[in-house]
Amino acid sequence: MQETSDQHAYGYLTQPEVRFLDAAVARLIPADDLGPGAKEADVTYFIDQQLVSSWGTHGRNYRMGPWLEGTPQQGFQSRLTPQEIYRAAIRETNIYCSKHYGKAFAFLAPAQQDEVLHGLEDGKIELESLPSKLFFGLLLRNTEEGFFADPMYGGNRDKVGWRLIGFPGVASGAYAEYVEKHDVPYRAEPVSILDIQQQRVEVDAQGYPKHIMLNQQEQGSSDGSR
Amino acid sequence: MAAAKLKPVDVVVVGTGVVGSIMCMELANAGLKVVGLERGRMTEPQHDFAMPYAHDELKYDRHSDIFQNLSRETITFRNTMSEIALPMRELGSFKPGEIVGGTTVHWGCHARRFLPWDFEVHSQTIARYGKNRIPEACTSQDWGITYEELEPYYDQFEHLYGVGGKAGNLEGKIQPGGNPFEGARSREFPNPPTKLTFAGALFAQAAQSLGYTPFQNPSAAMTRPYVNPHRLMLGECARGGFCSSHACANGAKASPLTTVMPALLKHRNFELRPLANVIKVNLDSEKKRAVGVTYVDAQGREVEQPADLVILASYTFSNTRLMLLSGIGKPYEPVSNQGVVGRNYSYQTGGRVSLFFEDKEFNPFIGGGMIGTSIDDLSGDNFDHSNLGFIGGAYVAVQSNGAEPIHSKLMPPGTPRWGSGWKQAAAQYYRRSFSITYHGSCQSYRSHYLDLDPTYRDANGLPLLRMTFNWHENEQEMSTYMRDKCAEIAKTIGPSKIGTNPVPAKYSIVPYQSTHNIGGAVMGADPATSALNKYLQSWDVPNVFVIGGSAFPQNGASPPTETIGALACWAADSIKDHYLKRPGALV
Repeated sequence: MQETSDQHAYGYLTQPEVRFLDAAVARLIPADDLGPGAKEADVTYFIDQQLVSSWGTHGRNYRMGPWLEGTPQQGFQSRLTPQEIYRAAIRETNIYCSKHYGKAFAFLAPAQQDEVLHGLEDGKIELESLPSKLFFGLLLRNTEEGFFADPMYGGNRDKVGWRLIGFPGVASGAYAEYVEKHDVPYRAEPVSILDIQQQRVEVDAQGYPKHIMLNQQEQGSSDGSR
Repeated sequence: MAAAKLKPVDVVVVGTGVVGSIMCMELANAGLKVVGLERGRMTEPQHDFAMPYAHDELKYDRHSDIFQNLSRETITFRNTMSEIALPMRELGSFKPGEIVGGTTVHWGCHARRFLPWDFEVHSQTIARYGKNRIPEACTSQDWGITYEELEPYYDQFEHLYGVGGKAGNLEGKIQPGGNPFEGARSREFPNPPTKLTFAGALFAQAAQSLGYTPFQNPSAAMTRPYVNPHRLMLGECARGGFCSSHACANGAKASPLTTVMPALLKHRNFELRPLANVIKVNLDSEKKRAVGVTYVDAQGREVEQPADLVILASYTFSNTRLMLLSGIGKPYEPVSNQGVVGRNYSYQTGGRVSLFFEDKEFNPFIGGGMIGTSIDDLSGDNFDHSNLGFIGGAYVAVQSNGAEPIHSKLMPPGTPRWGSGWKQAAAQYYRRSFSITYHGSCQSYRSHYLDLDPTYRDANGLPLLRMTFNWHENEQEMSTYMRDKCAEIAKTIGPSKIGTNPVPAKYSIVPYQSTHNIGGAVMGADPATSALNKYLQSWDVPNVFVIGGSAFPQNGASPPTETIGALACWAADSIKDHYLKRPGALV
């Protein structure tokens, strides 16, 4: 699959941020023998769209002070919004990379990128504006969301995340019949909300899509190519 | 700014969830003019929760607009009294609803009664094991009502909600196929039980071989088309998942939106006001009588609604907070152990043991409505605790809830959090795994309570509710015991890998656990240790009834919704049969 990042109009992320995230999500969920990874699934674009949404400014979070650090049990206490976290943490991680490797994160070798990601994950890399663990946790969470959320949010391109694990997407109306079919795998071409919106898939009177069943030979070989 | 004062009504009901909808309907049917006030928005289920949009995990599980909007109001939390409580800034451990229909719009449909023991934890424990078996600082107490008194109302609620199951105890006679440990039922469930899943069958076989008695979970996702007593039709569940955290797009989930609202909204004695956030119950000058409530409407105006009878029917936190903000009942003070409002806040314990297979697929996306199989052998006091270091217990179950791809992937122990190893495990085990869960009781303790936060405020400038809560040794020992029992069943099933987690040392507000918060305005027989009498009537202000999970003095193992619904039916009858005839204290 070719590079996809350039095809999108980004609402929040700058080009250096897009390069950073393309590189980072490609390490978190890499393309390999099992199929495309997070970069190919357009997870960077997904993150951009999430940052543009009300979630990007924590629109439904409690955001009044005083702001104290708190215990791990007390949960998220940063005064930064997701928009601010990504902006500050990407910039500061790139400064760290320039100091230690002489290049921005996106231009490091994969093994070096993994080293940096582990440093952020373990909190060993100190960023000026926020704990690096906070950024890494958010990045990992959003990467997984972008790989497995409905493609209408901009990620999970060609439903690659769902194909990887065998999730059929929007349920068909036939599931109830399968409850008592024990040890019979149900494998179907995944259907997304986007597919139904764009009328690529037929639905029944209750609004359930008709699933196209995959035979056993196709299992495990689906790679997301159309 | 002076509040606009409206014309008086007979009854004002605060909240339109499982309790509020029932109270509004029952009291409107009794001929009273009823106004229902709901902080959340109105819903049009056919438009708001239509296929395929209801099957959107990111929207409903992660960014839901049917959950409480914390930007306006949250709680603060700390583990112990020596810490500074900080606001819960994002949802995690629990997800209260904020919509017409309340939290029950997105419930999981597990409609399980409490055990008779749950209502008499304190006296039964002493009777069987002696006084020294009550854990240190434990404030668990009898409810002031017994299972037998509540049974007709469980029955009423199950018929309202179309619960599917198989009776295990009909009028004292044990029935094959049901739960032999349940309290006696006056009649069979209104609908048949769910069907046995593949994972459920493996669990049932292993459980049986170990001497346990498996049965199908009672479920309020219809097992066949059903017409309830309000002549409302519910469709059969299609087992398409997207159930818990989601509203059902097919009208198969029993909730206020499907079982009561369509009939209630047509009732000439009823008026619904959504986006009306009640901030106070107004009392007379002697604080012995409520004269109505004040709410903030959609446009931010303060409005006063006078009423003869005030029913608080909101979530545990809101019921307790409204009592504290209104000065109804003496606030609880843990150091002196005096006062009642905020006392006995509790939660539920839970955990899982995960099973991974190389050659079996479980179609984890098929399910919903808590279709599954469980045992009650280890719940309540159904087993001998003489040589154990805890009281209480858990039900153990295998449930197919429709595994959603972002958050429902089980990973074997040792799987990295990211990279190719993680990807490989996701591809291999999403379909080839399930978990055995335990869901347990939680006693109440002197230092676990709710009060008003001294620092943090809501969007109206009012103090937030503060929660002080941690896991107690009793529940940790119980969890360890249950985890080991689950692992034993798992080994009997024989997967290639088994995953167990350590029992957490401290309660954390971060990971989702359950929306089963209870206590704070508890019912009981003694006004020194309860805010409400056994009819859920305030001891101090008799024309205020406070109904919900807030009334539980401690938590049983079963999910609370069924018991909350039964308490609403019981309180409604108490008001109709007794209170209205002679308004005043019923005890």
